[in-house]
Amino acid sequence: MASVSDIIFYILTFLSVYVQVFFLVTFLENRKKIVIRNGAVKLAEYPKVTIIVPCWNEEKTVYKTVHSLLGLNYPKDRIKIFLIDDGSTDGTLKAILKFSEYPNVKIFHKENGGKYTALNLGLEHIQTDFLGCLDADSVADPESLVRIMSYFEKDPSIMAVAPSIIAINSKNVVQGAQRAEYNLSVFMKKMLGFLGAIHVAPGPLTIFRKKVFDDLGPYRHAHNTEDMEIAYRMQKNHYKIEQCNDAYVYTNTPSTIKKLYRQRLRWIYGFMNNTIDYRKIIFRKKYGNFSLFTVPYNILSVFAVGFLFVKMAYSLVDFLFSKISEFQAVGFNLAPQVNHLDLFFINTQSLFFVAILLYFSIALSITLGKRMAEGKWGFSFDLIYFLFIFGIVGPFWLLKAVYNTILSRKPAWR
Amino acid sequence: MTENNIDWKKYLIVFLFTVGLFMSASYISNYFGDKKVNQLKQIQDKISIDILSSETQFSLLSELSCKNISDSVFSGELGELAGKLEWGQQNLGMTDEVSYLKKYYSLLEIKDYLLTKQISTRCKTKSAFILYFYTTLENCSECEKQGLALTALRDKYPELRVYSFDYSIDLSAVKSMLQIYKIEDTKLPALVIDDDVLTGFHGTDELETIVKKSFKLQEANSTSADSAQTKGATSASSR
Repeated sequence: MASVSDIIFYILTFLSVYVQVFFLVTFLENRKKIVIRNGAVKLAEYPKVTIIVPCWNEEKTVYKTVHSLLGLNYPKDRIKIFLIDDGSTDGTLKAILKFSEYPNVKIFHKENGGKYTALNLGLEHIQTDFLGCLDADSVADPESLVRIMSYFEKDPSIMAVAPSIIAINSKNVVQGAQRAEYNLSVFMKKMLGFLGAIHVAPGPLTIFRKKVFDDLGPYRHAHNTEDMEIAYRMQKNHYKIEQCNDAYVYTNTPSTIKKLYRQRLRWIYGFMNNTIDYRKIIFRKKYGNFSLFTVPYNILSVFAVGFLFVKMAYSLVDFLFSKISEFQAVGFNLAPQVNHLDLFFINTQSLFFVAILLYFSIALSITLGKRMAEGKWGFSFDLIYFLFIFGIVGPFWLLKAVYNTILSRKPAWR
Repeated sequence: MTENNIDWKKYLIVFLFTVGLFMSASYISNYFGDKKVNQLKQIQDKISIDILSSETQFSLLSELSCKNISDSVFSGELGELAGKLEWGQQNLGMTDEVSYLKKYYSLLEIKDYLLTKQISTRCKTKSAFILYFYTTLENCSECEKQGLALTALRDKYPELRVYSFDYSIDLSAVKSMLQIYKIEDTKLPALVIDDDVLTGFHGTDELETIVKKSFKLQEANSTSADSAQTKGATSASSR
């Protein structure tokens, strides 16, 4: 008879496959709508846009960030740039003051209060109909803004448009893994866009109509994930969020496991706590696919990864225990015991085939994301790094986030 | 503002498709599972023929000479079968087929044991037998350790024959053995060496001493038997 753990495992696996199939079916339905524009996009009108750059100890990267905004292929008199120093203790203020001579750049300095306070300071001074934020560790592609704005022009009901975020400067395995993961999220985000179910309006260059904040109020602390909370709030109020797959924003990714762990701990913690805050909108028909698909599948992934990790840890302990007892019984025995090359011993349980299928579909999603973001097909070792790093380290930040949530501890920003 | 038109049909289609994928996976799994069970059956049939053949050979030749008795009765295949059966039980589950194969395997072990013992007594071949009783009904870590110790010992002494029996198996022949040696389920693992019953875990070193002693005894016996045989032959020729 199957044990309770086996039954849970089967159910979680079934749901995980369901999610993957759902994504792939959505892709097949909408594949013709996914276009990658190569040339310059022309708009009938160029609405004024304000871009807020909140900075906190970002002296090393902020110059490139602002420079990329100045180089956007968009009429200069239609862009306003707010550089907000959120009480940095390094040379950030000095770095941004270099841009004070530009007529469309406005510099603010305030006491440190967290990213959402910096954004809200910017919001107070907004005089344009559109606004966005660009994290000071990211660089916008020259064509990104105009491509995003074309979505607003096409469909007046769209309230926010998120770009494709691409990991740059990937120098090691940890960053390679993240590059694959960013490609995966380009794919998933686009599909969620088709479903009207995007749950994050990421810091790097999501552009909003000002109406969103006029109607729904400013950013909130939101467990250090204000970009997720605003998306939840918008979904709750039926405000449409789209994803523009050919608007690229390049972001620097954490270079070490430790830094990655901190970042992801913050994200997952934010996800858990925002979801708890918005728990009333889960599985409610009136909130659409966001409520029936996006949030549930994210909750599922938390459970699945956690469960899988505990299961694997249990197997590992069990394995070590049997090795110890083997050692006690016979001492070191290096002689091969069973001929494992015998085809007989290859696992042919159905879950084995399902697992292959799952890995295959994840690999396919990453490849499709890469194609959407970079416009090219191809296999990259990043895929292997991704499965390896996120499979092994992922459960740790997840379990830690669960732990923190239970004890209501807030993770540090960095 | 968005209208949240939920495409229920899509949710259903994806569900059915996922069920389809699981069913295909299960079908493929069953297909390979059946293949494995068949492979096990084939090995058993071969062993069964081997034993029958040895038995026949033994009956034919026993009266005349021990020289022609092949000592490959306990073929490596019985060991291979044991490994595969154990794996099958863990990975295919204790299905009716696996359970049937396991009974059949136990029976083959008993037959092999009786035959080899007979050959060994008559022909004075060097051999030692260990009957090993374990349980799979409850978690028996001692049994696992004992199994490992026996495997190591058997690798060291090819003449050593270890026959393992699942205490909980529903087979009258095994039950008779349990009665003969008065094996109790509370005292598992249990070993029978030279008609002595040992319960609980026994390490390789301890067993090795017993096995060596048994071999020595046999050597001593066989030397005296050889001389007796030579004497018999002389007296026969002188007749």
